[in-house]
Amino acid sequence: MAATSSSPATELRGVSDDAAAVVVTDLRKRYGDFEAVKGVSFTVTEGETFGFLGPNGAGKSTTISMLCTLVEPSGGNALVAGHNVVTERSEVRKNIGLVFQDTTLDDYLTAEENLRFHAELYGVPKDVVSERLQQVMEMVGLWERRKGIVRTFSGGMKRRLEIGRGLLHSPRVLFLDEPTVGLDPQTRMSIWAYINELKRRERITIFLTTHYMDEAEFCDRIAIMNAGEIVVLDTPEALKASVGKDRIQIQTADDEAAMIALKGRFDIESAIREGQVTFSVASGEQFVPRLFAELGVPIKSVSVARPSLDDVFMSYTGKTIRDAEASTGDKLRANPMMRGRR
Amino acid sequence: MTTTAIPTTPSTAPPAVRVAGGTLSDDIRAVKMVWKRELIRFARNRIRIFTSLMQPLLFLFVLGSGLSGLTKASIPHFKYTTFMFPGVLSMAVLFTAIFSAISIVWDREFGFMREMLVAPVSRSAIVIGKCLGGATVATFQGLVMLALAGLVGVPYNPELIAVLVLELLLVAIALTSFGTMAASRMQQVESFQVIMQFFVLPMMFLSGAVFPLSGLPIWLKVLTIVDPLTYGVDPMRRAVFSHLHHVSAATLHTLSPGVHWDGWRVPTLLELAIVAAMSAVMLGVAIWQFTRPE
Repeated sequence: MAATSSSPATELRGVSDDAAAVVVTDLRKRYGDFEAVKGVSFTVTEGETFGFLGPNGAGKSTTISMLCTLVEPSGGNALVAGHNVVTERSEVRKNIGLVFQDTTLDDYLTAEENLRFHAELYGVPKDVVSERLQQVMEMVGLWERRKGIVRTFSGGMKRRLEIGRGLLHSPRVLFLDEPTVGLDPQTRMSIWAYINELKRRERITIFLTTHYMDEAEFCDRIAIMNAGEIVVLDTPEALKASVGKDRIQIQTADDEAAMIALKGRFDIESAIREGQVTFSVASGEQFVPRLFAELGVPIKSVSVARPSLDDVFMSYTGKTIRDAEASTGDKLRANPMMRGRR
Repeated sequence: MTTTAIPTTPSTAPPAVRVAGGTLSDDIRAVKMVWKRELIRFARNRIRIFTSLMQPLLFLFVLGSGLSGLTKASIPHFKYTTFMFPGVLSMAVLFTAIFSAISIVWDREFGFMREMLVAPVSRSAIVIGKCLGGATVATFQGLVMLALAGLVGVPYNPELIAVLVLELLLVAIALTSFGTMAASRMQQVESFQVIMQFFVLPMMFLSGAVFPLSGLPIWLKVLTIVDPLTYGVDPMRRAVFSHLHHVSAATLHTLSPGVHWDGWRVPTLLELAIVAAMSAVMLGVAIWQFTRPE
C-alpha cells in the first residue's frame, strides 16, 4: 500500500492537538484513470460543524470514506481525532460515528436491538449502555418507539435512529454523509432540528456532506467541492460576503429625498427597482441601523437580501450546482462507501 | 478492556463513553453479537422455519414412503424411511445453513453489513460470528427433524441423540462455512440460485442422503467420494444403524456400506476429521475473502 507520499504521519502527529478534530493534508484518491479526489487539505476544529458542499460526484463521499477508513487514500494524509486513518484504523473507528447516505439498519430488528448491537460492536461499557441508549433515543425522539421493528419506520424515523445510533458510543466526530438525501422537505427540516439540538447538547464535531444549499447554512464552515477539489473554504457568511454585496430595498415617505440623502450622507448610488429604492452595501445587517439613524427620511419598510450559497457556488465554479451535477454525471454514484476494506 | 465511564452530570451532558477496540475481547464480543443477531432474525421469521423444513419433510415422508413400497421386496422388514432419516437430518441442516450464510448477500445489499464492517472489530470476528450463528440455527432445524425419529422407527436413545446432535453441529458448521465462502464475493441475491443448483443440490444427492452408496456405477461412486457431505451423512447413518435391532447383515451391507477408498472403509473418526478440516479450510478462505481489500 503506497498511501503516504509527502509528509509522514509522525510529522503530522506533532502538529495535531486537541483542538483539531480532523487534519487533512493533500489527500488523494484515484480509481484507475479517474482522480476522484485531487489533493485536498483542510482542518476541522473540535466542536465545529463542518460541511462539504458540492454536486454529486464532486468527491465529497470519497473524501468522507477515506476519513472514515473505508477507502484507502492513494496519497496524502488524514488524521481523525488525532489518529491516522491508514495506520490507526481501529482507533479512528472508535472515535467516529457514521451515518451513511443509504440506511444500514437491520430492518428485522427493533430500534432498541439495533442500538444494543451497535453498543456491543463498539464495546460501550455495559453499565452505561441503557442510560446512554435512552439519552440518544430521546434526543432523536424515538424513545417511545424503541420496541418497534425498524421495517415499520418511516424514512425520517430511520434516519433519526441512525443518527442516534451514530452517537451511542460518544464519538468525537460524527460523519453525516448526505443526512437528508431522499427525504421530503418537512422531514429534512425535522432532521435538522434534531441535529441542531444535538449540537446544543453534546460537544461534538459534525462533519457532513450535502448538496443542498440551505443545509450548508447550518454549518460553521463550508468547503465547496467541485471535481475533486476544494474550491473555497470559509464560513457561510464570509463566502456570501466574498461574492458580493447585500441588496437593500426600502420604502420611504419620499423616495427622491431618500435617494439624494443616500448619495449625500453615505455616498451610495441607488435606483428605483420594483417600486422601491434599491441599493447594495457590503454588510446589510450592520448598515440598516445607520440607515434608520442617519437617513433623515422616514422609512416605511426595509428588506435585506443576502447573496445565497447558490450565488457563491456559481461565482467559484462558474455554474450552478444543478448544472455541475448534470455534467459530472453519476460517475461516483457507484457509492464509494460500498467498497469496503479492512 | 480499557473502558471508563464518567458519571453523568445533572445536566443533559451524556456519559462520556470510552470505547474499546482492536483487542481479542472486542472480537469475542463482536462474534457474540453477530451470532445473537442470526438467532433473533431466525426466531422472528417463522415462515422461514417452516419452509426450510418443508423440503426434508417431503423427502422423508413422501419420497421415503413412496420408495418403501419399491424396496419392500428386496429389503424385507425394513422401512426405507428409517434408512433415509439420517440423510434427511443433514438435508434439514444443509438448506438452513446455506440460507443463513447467503444472507450475507442480503446484508450487503440492504446495508447492515456496512454497520458491521465499519465497527472497530476485525472482519474475521464478523465472519466467525456469522458462521456460528448460521450453524446454530441449522442445528436447531436438525433437532426439529430429530424429534420425528420415532415416526420412522429410530429409537430415542440418549447416546444416539447425543452423537447425532454433535455430528449435526459439525456438519452445520461445515456447510455454513461453505455458504459463507460462496457468499463472500457474491454481489447479487440472484447468484444464490446458481449456488443452489450447481453446488447444494448435487452435494445433497451425491452424499448418500437419499440412496445407499452400494452397488453404484463407478462414475457415480467417484462423485460420491469427492462430495464432502458424504463424510457428514455416513457417520450419522452408522450411528442410527448401530442402534437398530434386528437388522440383517445383508441389509446393513446394502443400506449402510460406509465410504470406501479403494476398498478401504474410512473410519467414522476420519470422516468427521475430514468434515472438520474442510470447515476450517472453507472458513479460512471466507475470512481471507472478507479481509483482503477489494
